[in-house]
Amino acid sequence: MRRRKEPIKTSGPLCLTFTKGLRDGLPICLGYLSVSFTFGMMVVQHDLPAWIAMLISMTNLTSAGQFAGTDLIIQGAMYVEVAVTTFVINIRYMLMSLSLSQKVEAKMSTFQRLILSFGITDEVFAVAMQQKEAVNSRYFAGLIVTPYCGWALGTLLGATATSFLPLSVRTALGIAIYGMFLAILIPPARKSKAILLVIAIAAIIRCGFAWIPVLNQLSSGWVIIICAVIAAAFAAWRFPLREEET
Amino acid sequence: MNYTRILICILIMAVVTYLPRMLPLTIFRKKIQNQFLKSFLAYVPYAVLAAMTFPEILSSTGNLISGLIGLATAIILAFFNRGLLVVALGSAGAVFAAEQVMRWIGVG
Repeated sequence: MRRRKEPIKTSGPLCLTFTKGLRDGLPICLGYLSVSFTFGMMVVQHDLPAWIAMLISMTNLTSAGQFAGTDLIIQGAMYVEVAVTTFVINIRYMLMSLSLSQKVEAKMSTFQRLILSFGITDEVFAVAMQQKEAVNSRYFAGLIVTPYCGWALGTLLGATATSFLPLSVRTALGIAIYGMFLAILIPPARKSKAILLVIAIAAIIRCGFAWIPVLNQLSSGWVIIICAVIAAAFAAWRFPLREEET
Repeated sequence: MNYTRILICILIMAVVTYLPRMLPLTIFRKKIQNQFLKSFLAYVPYAVLAAMTFPEILSSTGNLISGLIGLATAIILAFFNRGLLVVALGSAGAVFAAEQVMRWIGVG
């Protein structure tokens, strides 16, 4: 989305407007529609009402975490299980939030931080970090609003119109979110060997955790953290960024 | 249907999802000066996304073959700098086509 056209060389806080945030959030929003649609369907297929699905989507705004948490609700799990599982899956957000703390304008107020941090998702984070300049609260707010609406709308559609899409289309859409991740990963990897290395290391370790017995018992939240820390630390050690790149 | 229990569960989920997002952004105000840490945080997004994509992408569709076809399509489209939406829908389209073909010839 941002790499197709080289942006006009402008700097200063004025280029990252609320409207630009809304626009940059649109592809994320469309990507979310299919995922949250699936979520809405899953919820009503287990005889829960549509408003429960909406409530979960609008208060959680996360994919893996709310899928797992909802699954546990349906299974009748204990509160502590719901808390620990959801937390472990979402612990990666701490890493993203920490990265973002270095990326947002220093003058962003505590109140703004409290509100905007609610909207940190994998995709919002990825797009925010791609900006050349410090991210201000207007842009960040715009970047969150469109995906949030997409997430809520997709859930509503999925929960109310379950028979809307044939199964063949729904299974095909399962890959859409990963396609989006690859669209974020591959263009910078073409330009930077270090980023390619980060991706390769993280992917290889992740596959090890998925396929090696015993290791594959670990929950995906922890595994993602382990992979990300090892890959990013190795690259930071071997290929530290030069001053002008940071 | 025990709605009280469900609502408490949803509240728990919302809180444990919000806290990890909120705490670092709200607490860390100073710019990190350490070169290693700065580089580390710059590489984190790629590492996280890669770890979320592989190998999950292969099991995200009806079967492994259509997953591989979708993966290849996504890589090719992304390599040529197509936008997020084109890559996402393009790979889904390839998976859909592959699964239709497989059904006709009786594979998968």
